[in-house]
Amino acid sequence: MFHDAWIMARKDLRIEWVTRVATGQVLPFGALVLILFGLALNPDLVIVGAERRSILAQIAPGLFWITVLLASLLALGRSFAIEANDGNIDALKMAGLDPAGVFLGKAMAVAVQLLAIEVVLGFGAFVLYGTPLANVVMLFCAVILATVGVAAAGTLYAGIASGLRARDTLVPLLVLPILSPVLLAATLSTEVAIFGGSGGWSWVMLLGVFAVIYLGVGMLAFGPVMEET
Amino acid sequence: MSEAANDDEVDSAGRVVVDLDGAISLLGRFPALSGLDLTVVDGEIVLLRGPNGAGKTTLLRLCAGLAPLSDGSGRVLDYDLVVRRDRRRLRRESGLLSHQTFLYEELTVEENLKFWAQANRVELDTIEPVLDRLDLAGRLRNVSISALSTGQRRRASLAVMVCRRPKLWLLDEPHAGLDQAGRDFVDDIVRHAVRFGATVMLASHDLDRSIDLATRVVQLAGGQVSGPSEASHVS
Repeated sequence: MFHDAWIMARKDLRIEWVTRVATGQVLPFGALVLILFGLALNPDLVIVGAERRSILAQIAPGLFWITVLLASLLALGRSFAIEANDGNIDALKMAGLDPAGVFLGKAMAVAVQLLAIEVVLGFGAFVLYGTPLANVVMLFCAVILATVGVAAAGTLYAGIASGLRARDTLVPLLVLPILSPVLLAATLSTEVAIFGGSGGWSWVMLLGVFAVIYLGVGMLAFGPVMEET
Repeated sequence: MSEAANDDEVDSAGRVVVDLDGAISLLGRFPALSGLDLTVVDGEIVLLRGPNGAGKTTLLRLCAGLAPLSDGSGRVLDYDLVVRRDRRRLRRESGLLSHQTFLYEELTVEENLKFWAQANRVELDTIEPVLDRLDLAGRLRNVSISALSTGQRRRASLAVMVCRRPKLWLLDEPHAGLDQAGRDFVDDIVRHAVRFGATVMLASHDLDRSIDLATRVVQLAGGQVSGPSEASHVS
């Protein structure tokens, strides 16, 4: 399984390196969304407890993770488009690859791309929205676990939709509701990580639980998904 | 074609590789195969003839373990087509060359071969001789699939298949889009595979060439075998 996951991930990342879809299309899309949020929302100051923060800074964690989710939809669509283009999903079946390995490999490649995008978008959010940073370790853990959760659930549902004619519209409809708990936990843990406060690690642990569940379900369910694709 | 051969004569020639009895394969609700009976034995090169929609491609996909056996019975390479685990094992031992390339357009010929060799758990050492043999070792090795001509793509697809060394070769229009030299080349590869123990089923509209290659011709129509099998000359 791990052999299959490794070669799938390496192949997907090699294709990304050649085509630069994540850096050339997904990243600019995410950056554009962040900038549009900045233009559309009121930059006035609000009072939160004893602090004065801009509205943008206050809601920056939520805006960041919504942007990441939207960007992930493009990355997930691309991940399965490369398998559908020349009948490669049939060739993967003919090769006898372990479906759990295929799932892990594709999720791993999506996660690596998302992490790279998140680093750039995160830096942009700090600059654009003027957010502080109270706990780097918590932010790091939240980002890693949320990314694994997004990549795992997204890969499973993008795989389910990949055999359908309406896949382009179905992927957001399937993926976004499933990822809403991750969005909530990621936003709240990021909020504590950048502004300080208590309860942040509970949300990080919840992100870990989501990541494990989505990975486990994906590994179990991807066999039937591949068969029906 | 010199003489008619009944199934008993064919059976006596060797081990049965494909044995379908009343095979029905539904694509959605449409019966692409509607009660097909067919027996293929070891070492045969069986040409599937028939008009568009006769069921040739579905038959090849069924024998590859990709299309479902909705009703009837079928065994390919001793694997039961009804049993999911058997179908998975069958896929590893059969090779399908279809209208699609089964290659990643963004990767080079060599990268594709390496990936598919690793995916099929084939030693990477086998790639170099195959690249040489299929005339892909020169400048084409580092060219991405998207930049290749149709014939070159087909050669790259064949290279993957040669690396895999399947026991059952399933070829859907293997001569399509190839020039004279390319077609000769495909025929050589197929004959070579059979010499080394493979069995071949091919669907083709290029009858002149395919009949020369085939040892038996099976006519399909409406998802069934529409007449007695005819023996072609042994190539």
